Amino acid sequence: MTLKVLVYAEVRSGKLKPTAGETLSEAVRLAGAGNVHAVLLGEGASTHADTLASFGATKVFVVEHAETNTYQNEPHVQALGQIAKAGGYNVIVGPASPTGRDFFPRLAARHGAALLTDVVKLRAEGDRVIGTRPLYAGKTLSEVASKAPLTLITVRPNVVAAQVTAAGAKAEVEKVTLSFDTSLIKARVVEVRKGKSEKPDLTEASIIVSGGRAMANADNFKVLHALSDVIGATVGASRAAVDSGYAPHDMQVGQTGKTVNPNLYIACGISGSIQHLAGMRTSKVIVAINTDPEAPIFQKADYGIVADLFTAVPVMTSELKKLLEH
Amino acid sequence: MKILVLVKSVPDTETKIKLGSGGKTLDEAEFKYMVNPYDEFAIEEAVRTQEKWPGESVVVSMGPTRCQEAIRKALAMGVDRGVWLNTEGFAGEVDSLATAKLIAKIVKEEAPDVVFAGQMAIDDYASHIGPMVAELTGMPCIQVATKIEWKEGGKSARVEREVEGGMVEVYDVQTPFVLGAQKSLNEPRFPSLPGIMKAKKKPLAEKKIADLGVDAAVVETLGFALPPEKAPGKVFKGEPVEQMVQKVVGLLRSEAKVL
Repeated sequence: MTLKVLVYAEVRSGKLKPTAGETLSEAVRLAGAGNVHAVLLGEGASTHADTLASFGATKVFVVEHAETNTYQNEPHVQALGQIAKAGGYNVIVGPASPTGRDFFPRLAARHGAALLTDVVKLRAEGDRVIGTRPLYAGKTLSEVASKAPLTLITVRPNVVAAQVTAAGAKAEVEKVTLSFDTSLIKARVVEVRKGKSEKPDLTEASIIVSGGRAMANADNFKVLHALSDVIGATVGASRAAVDSGYAPHDMQVGQTGKTVNPNLYIACGISGSIQHLAGMRTSKVIVAINTDPEAPIFQKADYGIVADLFTAVPVMTSELKKLLEH
Repeated sequence: MKILVLVKSVPDTETKIKLGSGGKTLDEAEFKYMVNPYDEFAIEEAVRTQEKWPGESVVVSMGPTRCQEAIRKALAMGVDRGVWLNTEGFAGEVDSLATAKLIAKIVKEEAPDVVFAGQMAIDDYASHIGPMVAELTGMPCIQVATKIEWKEGGKSARVEREVEGGMVEVYDVQTPFVLGAQKSLNEPRFPSLPGIMKAKKKPLAEKKIADLGVDAAVVETLGFALPPEKAPGKVFKGEPVEQMVQKVVGLLRSEAKVL
């Protein structure tokens, strides 16, 4: 038995998520080229098929059905389950994004599958799939192995490399007509309110600029937005800033907020409480700007500037602007 | 209305992680424990919902002896009674699916109108139990819920769920359902002194998991490792801000190669 992998490539608001390339590449590294197929759900999602092919998906299943046009948990569970069963797949991989984290547990419970969540590395020993995953807010890593015939995996966004292995490849697209058991759809999406921001979500952002208590009010976040616009960053906030009402909760990084792993995390006026570190310690490069040289954030930072953020950040914005224009 | 709350006892955020012999286990000797922070939002929502729709509320927790403290905290906040799924003395590995199956047995027995759980536990970041219990008991599950509005005299609800980048999905759902509480759902109360006194007298039933029947684990933990230590960073101070910023920007490009 070889590993036969089905990758759920996430599409939101018509756009393919960068996690699609990451999950496909990790699946190819796990199972070898030619053993990885992908699924696209939603109207018009088939336009992304060739992109998936470039990352090594040799076949792409497309479902265009009213039930899957907008993300809903139960229809996604049914769609993936039916396609995996019909094609004899023994591994299903998706992103550990808010969407993947929402429906993979139900999919696992329905099929008695092993679910390896939030993995940062995959390997196989024969047919046994083994994943590495962070525990205790990244303070330790655990290796977990599947013992079930079907293994489900969600891969932490922004950690594994996306590799184009078949540039210019054309996907073999198979349109799948599914019938859904609507009696199981017991929660219905009645409205989706778009976020104000076009920027990637914090959990998927490759650069994050975060503000803490020192921001002093909501309006001051414009200083961080100016910097983030220059480098394509998503703006986050510490719990102190959120609890003081300077930023909405969906911007919160840390325990009871989001866990992030960007390539670059710029902490502005954040002291670095253990609860904040819990959410961002796995960032690849950390820059801290704080007036207090004793702030714990400096112990975790790769680069630190002891200065007032309101003087340092605008300088950084103009320096980066100069740098990136060249 | 009958309400069930799922609560997990987790290591305190400040806990230092040490490996046991050979990295096969964690050395938990110095762990301190607390109620999973997201579960506090679930407990609070249970108590508030009960105030609005009187009935009965039950808190369920699975794990070793320390779970009783987590249950007592929920009782002190206002939940009526507790069920402890005792894992003491059980030798085999119990994975999340086996855990969900055990909890699902209690859910079926209690037949609640709604189950409140935290949207995830801060120790394993898995978010498995709520959705899995929902699947195993034939209920829908709204995860990462930030707002709930009851309708039809408590027979249905409109629930908002935080997705990403400020995007919100609004669901209509009939009872019974599972709700995974997110931070902004409410502001959890502190247990009052009379609440703590009363909690000591509230019923707490104990069930040994071996007696309930535990399914074999489908996920096996092979071992643990500590992440590599980061080298100390370069911190600039006492120089003109422009110079310090230029140095860091330069290093981000030349050394860290992230720009």
